[in-house]
Amino acid sequence: MDIPGLFNYWIVIFLMMTGFYVVIARGNLVKKIVGLNIFQTSVFILYISMGKVEDGTAPIVIEGAKGVGAVYSNPLPHVLILTAIVVGIATTALGLALIVRIKEAYGTVEEDDIFAQDEAE
Amino acid sequence: MAVGIVRLDNLLAVVMLSGIYSLISASLFVTMDAVDVAFTEASVGGGIATVLMLATLALTGDTEKPGKGKLQIVPLAAVTITGALLIYGTLDMPSFGDPMAAIHQHVAPRYIEEAPKTTGIPNIVTSVLASYRGYDTMGELAVIFTAGIGVILILGSGRRRDD
Repeated sequence: MDIPGLFNYWIVIFLMMTGFYVVIARGNLVKKIVGLNIFQTSVFILYISMGKVEDGTAPIVIEGAKGVGAVYSNPLPHVLILTAIVVGIATTALGLALIVRIKEAYGTVEEDDIFAQDEAE
Repeated sequence: MAVGIVRLDNLLAVVMLSGIYSLISASLFVTMDAVDVAFTEASVGGGIATVLMLATLALTGDTEKPGKGKLQIVPLAAVTITGALLIYGTLDMPSFGDPMAAIHQHVAPRYIEEAPKTTGIPNIVTSVLASYRGYDTMGELAVIFTAGIGVILILGSGRRRDD
């Protein structure tokens, strides 16, 4: 077991937990979306860091003699994360649209104010 | 950076920080050889997401309700416990950049060998995305389309009711 070699996972976990904290501890809905984005990006970093190979280069084939024996990083996580980024922006856009509607309906984007209004009805 | 996002009350500053955060993670992706991902993250995460959030802030106001600046105990405890469990889980993981890790042993070598020959595209990421997993990418477009329709329906119906 090699502690410095696991450092990338720990950065990911720190970022992930920061995003998680924002999502569960903060009442403002826009801030919750930002927290979700942090969480999401930490997962991207997790995948990309797993795909990295020591002394590897970007997975674009090098032509000619220079390319013989070249080491490429694993391209498959990159493909997955490309898809994930695009799906992520789609969910973010949908969440923000819902926030705008909530603002129109309740006049606030704070979670506890919304609960208070629901209780009062 | 991320801690600043937790602490700040001014949502405009929060959104700006999240844009910078996306850009930094994009440069991290470059250093980890994922250039395609870095392009996408910089344009989508740093660009489009920031613009969308700014547009939302313009409609909802840019200050968070003050007085919640201090750390809350229960969420903090939940987060700490989850984080500790995850760190315990990483102890078995292969270390960073290890070429013998399981992820590099299974199908990846075949893609790296075959993809340029069968598809004729030197960029392996592109060839997997557009050729091997073309249907998946088409499904992804369906997801974006659905999200777009959702946004239009959510925002459009509100306008009509106001009239």
